[in-house]
Amino acid sequence: MAETAPPILRLEGVRKSYNVGTPIEVEILHGIDLALAASEFAALIGPSGSGKSTLLHIIGLLERPTVGRILIQGRDIGALDEAGITELRGRTLGFIFQFHHLLPEFTALENVMMPTLIEVGRYDQTMRDRARWLLARVGLADAVDKRPSALSGGMQQRVAIARALAMKPPLVLADEPTGNLDSHTADEIFALMREFNRQEGAAFLIVTHDPRLAARCDRRVELIDGQLRRAQTP
Amino acid sequence: MRFEWVLALRFLREGRMQTALIMAGTTVGVAVIIFITALVNGLQASLASRTLSTQAHITVRAADEAPSPVLDRGQGEVAARVEPRVQRLRSIDQWERVFRELSDLPHVVHVSPLAAGSGFAYRGNASKSVALMGVEPERYNRIVGVADKLTAGSYRVGPGEALIGVELARDLGAAVGDRIRVRSSENREDVFRVTGLFDLGVKDLNRRWVIVPLRSAQTMLDLPGGVTHIDLTVDDIFAAETVARRIASQTGLTAESWMAINTQLLTAFNNQTMTTRTVRAFLVLIVALGIASVLVVSVVQKQREIGILRAMGASPRRIMQVFLIQGGLVGGVGAALGSGLATLMVYGAAFVLRQDDGSPLLSGAIELEVYLTAAAVALVTGLLAAVAPARRAARMDPVEAIRYG
Repeated sequence: MAETAPPILRLEGVRKSYNVGTPIEVEILHGIDLALAASEFAALIGPSGSGKSTLLHIIGLLERPTVGRILIQGRDIGALDEAGITELRGRTLGFIFQFHHLLPEFTALENVMMPTLIEVGRYDQTMRDRARWLLARVGLADAVDKRPSALSGGMQQRVAIARALAMKPPLVLADEPTGNLDSHTADEIFALMREFNRQEGAAFLIVTHDPRLAARCDRRVELIDGQLRRAQTP
Repeated sequence: MRFEWVLALRFLREGRMQTALIMAGTTVGVAVIIFITALVNGLQASLASRTLSTQAHITVRAADEAPSPVLDRGQGEVAARVEPRVQRLRSIDQWERVFRELSDLPHVVHVSPLAAGSGFAYRGNASKSVALMGVEPERYNRIVGVADKLTAGSYRVGPGEALIGVELARDLGAAVGDRIRVRSSENREDVFRVTGLFDLGVKDLNRRWVIVPLRSAQTMLDLPGGVTHIDLTVDDIFAAETVARRIASQTGLTAESWMAINTQLLTAFNNQTMTTRTVRAFLVLIVALGIASVLVVSVVQKQREIGILRAMGASPRRIMQVFLIQGGLVGGVGAALGSGLATLMVYGAAFVLRQDDGSPLLSGAIELEVYLTAAAVALVTGLLAAVAPARRAARMDPVEAIRYG
């Protein structure tokens, strides 16, 4: 990774507590410092309950940290209001969830267009073309008009990946993207993410339990009891 | 199509059963609201027009004579019993001027002078107490359509001619062409040839009214050139009281509207209207609760999707709009379908409900205003009912929604 590339993501001293100010206050994250370079392909690993999901939600701007700074493309999000954060999230972040979370009322194509529809406000040919191209890339050219319920788990997750990339986000966050897939399908999904990382230049941060997959990432970030262990390179 | 509309329409389309049921509910609600409004309006209009077929909307007459004190109240103690004055038959002062003034008033449609008093009608040995109605036939016919209610003869009231009711004709044994003798309360007598018999649908009137030329009545009642009443019709019968009050304050005369004369009928109308309003209010409430409950369920069902939409950059405001649009659409479509259904129902009711003479009770037409009001109420109800579910959707925490997906 080039030293000069500015980090796409930087966390400085991030702490997260719940039930602040009450007797049952509990701190989940104890001062996280993390930088993710553009186009980096990183795994976030750690045992259950170590705070992986919380960290991912904070990076995904779905939750705010109790203490600490978050910079996305060098921009401090602490200064942004809710509307600003929503807009930034839509433009710069792509999400892939364990339970794909596709909208069952919409076809695969419409699901892939959804982030762009939210941003632009109405359907246009450009987003249609991009969505078709993405679905073709994930091998679902024939399934564009199918509803999620007509697709297998692996196919649904591929639609979700295509959707996460619809807005060409510089950073894609994946929460156990292969968690409920068989190992063969999991490999396929992983390969697809890798491909998009190389060809589109999107940085990926993948939460996974699967050491096999983690081992194939450029970098592994390990979270134990709410603290990061030193970054390892394979 | 905008994002919010795309989502709202798709959610409604895919919620098939729920959507169908709530649309049906709204449709029926709107239809019943329109139907009962049209029904009650129709019944009231029908009843009012029947009542008003024998009386003027407003009758103007000279003010009652009040006793005028001889002593000033300031001049010490006076123990006195004030005897009410006897009300003489009097003419309206300068009635021609008043007549012109009334004709020019807004809302007033027809004006007709009337010289009325009491008397007796004789034929052979029979004598009957009657009400002498001196009219200008053409003007009077526009107030009380006697011409349409003739059972025999023709509507002709020339000098020496009279129209009498069917009951009086029977009492006197008179037919068209016969002559009757009439003596007034002022003890003046005249002979009239009966040119027509009328049936006003009210026995008392059929038994008492004798319609004669204005001039003859003036002579017989000792009111040379004078009239006792001026009858009016107005364009909106339910505005009669307001117009009457204006006339009274403007002219200083006594002006009584049909509403003041038929207070019982009016009370019945008001009670009916109140009842209808209550029923309508409850229907609106039921429709609102129906729409709200369906949307609340929809919000809960779509928790995960709302979460993911929020994560993808949809602001709470836009999520809220998605559900407000759904409420508005249900209300709007329900209003449209309900209007159609109500039209059929009113048409059917007009076909089935008949008056005693066999004519339809309702015209079958619904005023545009009723449709528009019902549509507006349905739309607003839909939107308001959606507010709570929409706020709930907008407040949904994306993390919670996604985590427990």
